[in-house]
Amino acid sequence: MAEKKKLDLERRAMPKQPPHIRRRNFREVAHGYTPELAIAEANRCILCKKPSCIEGCPVDIDIPAFVRRLAEGDFLGAIHKLKQTNCLPAVCGRVCPQETQCEEKCNLRKKNAPIAVGRLERFAADWEATQVQQQMPEMRPPTGKKVAVVGSGPAGVTVAGDLIKLGHKVVMYEALHEPGGVLTYGIPEFRLPKQIVRREIDYIRKLGVEVVCDYVVGRTKTLEQLLDRYDAMFLGTGAGLPWFLEIPGENLCGVYSANEYLTRMNLMRGFAYPKSSMPIKRHRRVAVFGGGNVAMDSARTAVRLGAEESYIIYRRSRLELPARIEEVENAEEEGVIFQFLTLPVRLIGDEDGWLKEVECLRMELGEPDASGRRKPVKIPGSEFRMPMDAVVVAIGNSPNPLIPRCTPDLMVNKNGTIFVSDVQTGKTSKDKVWAGGDVVTGAATVILAMGAGRAAARSMHEYLTGEKLAGTTSEVASS
Amino acid sequence: MFKIVKLQRMVPNIHLMEVDAPEVAEQVQPGQFVIVRAAEGGERIPLSVADWDRKAGTVTVVFMEVGASTGRLARLKAGDNIPTLAGPLGKPTAIASAGQVVCVAGCYGIASMFPIVRALHEAGAEVTVVLEARGSFLLYWEDRMRALAKRVFTITRDGSSGLRGHVSGLPEMLRQAGVAPSQVMVNGCTFLMSQTSKTLGGLGVPITVSLNPIMIDGTGMCGVCRVSVGGQMKFACVDGPDFDGREVDWKELLARRKQYLDEEAYLCHRASCARGV
Ligand SMILES: Cc1cc2nc3c(=O)[nH]c(=O)nc-3n(C[C@H](O)[C@H](O)[C@H](O)COP(=O)(O)OP(=O)(O)OC[C@H]3O[C@@H](n4cnc5c(N)ncnc54)[C@H](O)[C@@H]3O)c2cc1C
Ligand SMILES: Cc1cc2nc3c(=O)[nH]c(=O)nc-3n(C[C@H](O)[C@H](O)[C@H](O)COP(=O)(O)OP(=O)(O)OC[C@H]3O[C@@H](n4cnc5c(N)ncnc54)[C@H](O)[C@@H]3O)c2cc1C
Ligand code: SF4
Ligand code: SF4
Ligand code: FES
Repeated sequence: MAEKKKLDLERRAMPKQPPHIRRRNFREVAHGYTPELAIAEANRCILCKKPSCIEGCPVDIDIPAFVRRLAEGDFLGAIHKLKQTNCLPAVCGRVCPQETQCEEKCNLRKKNAPIAVGRLERFAADWEATQVQQQMPEMRPPTGKKVAVVGSGPAGVTVAGDLIKLGHKVVMYEALHEPGGVLTYGIPEFRLPKQIVRREIDYIRKLGVEVVCDYVVGRTKTLEQLLDRYDAMFLGTGAGLPWFLEIPGENLCGVYSANEYLTRMNLMRGFAYPKSSMPIKRHRRVAVFGGGNVAMDSARTAVRLGAEESYIIYRRSRLELPARIEEVENAEEEGVIFQFLTLPVRLIGDEDGWLKEVECLRMELGEPDASGRRKPVKIPGSEFRMPMDAVVVAIGNSPNPLIPRCTPDLMVNKNGTIFVSDVQTGKTSKDKVWAGGDVVTGAATVILAMGAGRAAARSMHEYLTGEKLAGTTSEVASS
Repeated sequence: MFKIVKLQRMVPNIHLMEVDAPEVAEQVQPGQFVIVRAAEGGERIPLSVADWDRKAGTVTVVFMEVGASTGRLARLKAGDNIPTLAGPLGKPTAIASAGQVVCVAGCYGIASMFPIVRALHEAGAEVTVVLEARGSFLLYWEDRMRALAKRVFTITRDGSSGLRGHVSGLPEMLRQAGVAPSQVMVNGCTFLMSQTSKTLGGLGVPITVSLNPIMIDGTGMCGVCRVSVGGQMKFACVDGPDFDGREVDWKELLARRKQYLDEEAYLCHRASCARGV
């Protein structure tokens, strides 16, 4: 097959809003492929005998299979193929770090033109959403078993979707007033429209999952109390506890955690203020500390709120930025200013407790550290100050300690993640309780959380019915 | 959806709302709070729990009308629904089972102090209640307190009930009554809590205050509720809301509470609570 085809090395670009326009709105940056573009891009795939792209996907999507269907114009076939392994293709197609996963492993990568797997995945999912008739999956007859899923992020949604199809009754509990986890409160509208998240949640509701919001497990009911009502439980409570730098001045007014900043905007729709009732400040100069996706999202949100200067302050160099390359490029196009090799050391405020200046130190790269990255070292005497109206701290999150604190016999690791005795299944130290996603791995990715959910669902099903499901369990939970 | 069973004005600007929320009612302890949204698309606001009925499955909150969200709540009536009532949140108040406990309360704090007074009384502590307000027309639940406490004092700014003045008169008042507190508890606006902590700090006994910083999620996710206590950063929604008032950085808390004043049309707040935040 592959021999017949002439190599097409022109990776099809995805149409986007131009930077000067999108800087001023919260609509999605990328428009997605048209059917013509999708077919053209899919046609570039040489359908390798050894499709190494699959190795790069944490949930082992049969990439050539779905891409071939797209190339043939069989969009319905493509989406069904995708949904066999990925229950959130519209989300993953948008937010997966494809450049380090499926696309990095694509054989055409060597020619600098990997197939745009993510964009194709997104296209197939978006196409399905425009169809009137959504096909319902096959449902097994009721087993009479009841399962509680705690947390409604990608991990929880995956477990709920898998277990309801297997005939178990599923109730999903969410502490906030809207389900979706980070997809709802964290990742901004301009990268992941909330309508897509709502659609996915509606889908599992249609399958019969009961979604209970405003329910804080550990507080509204303890784990123990809930376990009396259920045969098994999954904890997918994420990594929602924000870290601070622990430098002087972090409690000044105008200093936010990224969680607060993004929650105000996304969950509470601050961008619609004063039409929405969540007050939001329109700061002129904003500095974001950190270099990951969360930092990019914060800096780009600041731009959209009208900041004249929006900075990313990162202590390492460009090479080490953990954020997705595509999002770094988008941020640059939108005017975000990068200050590399810079470490904030002190925040300085005025009489009334408002932030006025950020004091930083310059850094240089020294010897590689344990992670293999060159370690930033302080340059003595290089202090300098930047006037600033707001700071967003986006240096990381760890799991929320609420449930472990209220559940003495649930073992946690030193870093606050829930201990699982078997990473392949997500079984915790507590009887009847599984866990997966960020709460087990620490802050990671949507696709890993989903993979962990899928693995836990299989293990829970086996526990509930004794039936071992056929097919391979992907190795996601261990990576 | 959570059904409002009762909504009534207690005193000018302070309203009582009883809501059908069986899961919360079954679990709640004194000193905890709930997060409420008055309408779809509305803000999440924290309100302390003032009472509950585990059998009937209801939770009662008492709120002061100070801005958009509390104003919206005040305009609802029995039979209406609110979209969110999540909780109970925060650590329950630690209840002493002996000693002389002095409970100082003002504005909505009178209501949130009530279950604490009840629990202290039931546990065996001797309770002295001090109610503070601008004038007697703002006092409520004095009768409920008298039924439980060993003594109840009132302090009013205009002298219309009890001692004229404010909490600076407390030490003398307690001395005259022969009360030697083993613990002080304060619920109310930030000003009352900080002043009481200063006035009674010299006693050398714990002064438990229930802090009320701005909150969003109430589960430890956003960090907006962070306060400095004993030089350490704490999240009031999960580490508190109770802290020792002698260790709280009051200046910082007052500044942080005022962050959104412009946006929240502060004027209506000032008009209702003379001492401001
Ligand atoms: C701003 C931002 C941008 C990101 N960008 C990307 C990206 O581009 N690509 C990518 O792959 N990943 C990205 N991530 C990471 C990704 O979103 C997470 O790894 C993923 O959402 C984890 O899923 P989860 O299901 O484990 O938990 P979460 O999505 O965190 O969901 C956990 C849910 O549990 C709820 N919960 C917590 N405690 C309780 C309780 N006690 N009772 C009831 N409910 C509770 C929470 O409210 C939350 O809704 C980003 C994260 C952030 C914050
Ligand atoms: C743990 C806790 C318990 C509380 N218990 C009660 C109670 O029992 N009764 C009561 O009347 N009030 C209570 N409050 C204060 C109450 O939450 C605020 O008065 C309310 O949020 C104001 O909302 P608003 O929209 O009506 O007013 P706004 O106009 O929004 O604000 C008026 C002022 O209230 C404060 N405030 C605003 N938003 C919040 C928020 N999300 N969280 C906290 N404070 C805020 C600010 O200082 C602001 O300046 C409590 C606060 C906390 C943190
Ligand atoms: S799920 Fe993510 S990694 Fe897997 S194929 Fe899709 S975009 Fe690539
Ligand atoms: S490696 Fe690349 S070209 Fe080969 S099958 Fe996978 S996507 Fe197609
Ligand atoms: S209210 Fe968000 S962390 Fe306390």
